[in-house]
Amino acid sequence: MTSGTAGQSKKIKVRYFAWVRERVGKPEEEIEPPAGVATVAELMAWLADQGEHYAYAFENPKVIRAAIDRNHVRSEARIEGAGEIAFFPPMTGG
Amino acid sequence: MPAIIRLQREPIAIAAEVEKLVGAHKDVGAVVTFTGICRADENGAPIAALTLEHYPGMAEAEIARHVEEAYARWPLLAALVIHRYGRIVPGEDIVLVATASSHRHAAFAAAEFLMDYLKTRAPFWKQVESAGTTAWVEAKSADDAAAERWSAPPPQRDAAK
Repeated sequence: MTSGTAGQSKKIKVRYFAWVRERVGKPEEEIEPPAGVATVAELMAWLADQGEHYAYAFENPKVIRAAIDRNHVRSEARIEGAGEIAFFPPMTGG
Repeated sequence: MPAIIRLQREPIAIAAEVEKLVGAHKDVGAVVTFTGICRADENGAPIAALTLEHYPGMAEAEIARHVEEAYARWPLLAALVIHRYGRIVPGEDIVLVATASSHRHAAFAAAEFLMDYLKTRAPFWKQVESAGTTAWVEAKSADDAAAERWSAPPPQRDAAK
């Protein structure tokens, strides 16, 4: 049981792109990570534990980039208050 | 900050877009346009097509942030970035960047800056289709290095001469 809002788990929309999307097997979903998952890196570690597709997608988290609410973030960024988190490989546009 | 930022599936009408961009600005003395084209081969192997995936919403926002930065760095009068998504066959355009200024230096530099950042920061991913198989294009460290050089204090390239 948690008291107050700090540490309370909350639904987050997650989106996946390119080979991360292919490996996970879906373009987006709502997740509810436990309260202890505070950063992007911790969220990737938690996702990697959610089944073999996720383990494959996040087997090398160092190469995966993330965005919170459509802004690039580093893996140490905190996810508290995030509405949408996206995971994707390094970009290859242009 | 007069800028046109657009994502589209269709080929880009380059001449018409540039004409529209410059038309209203009487003090434009230089326009630099860069067009990225789909090559017929990737790493020496022929390809059938490229498919570009993007992150709708973030792609436009990220491009807009870099256009804004280009305006802060150089005296631009107009700027345009049009990026395609979906399936693109060799010979077709992928991206158009155009920058307009009173003089050429700002237009050249801003166009290069925008392209370097598009390559590494705009959320697009290329998938290559060849001989019935598909593969994701890997990011190149040369592109990271190209973008990295702009993160130093504003360019002193001319002053150094």
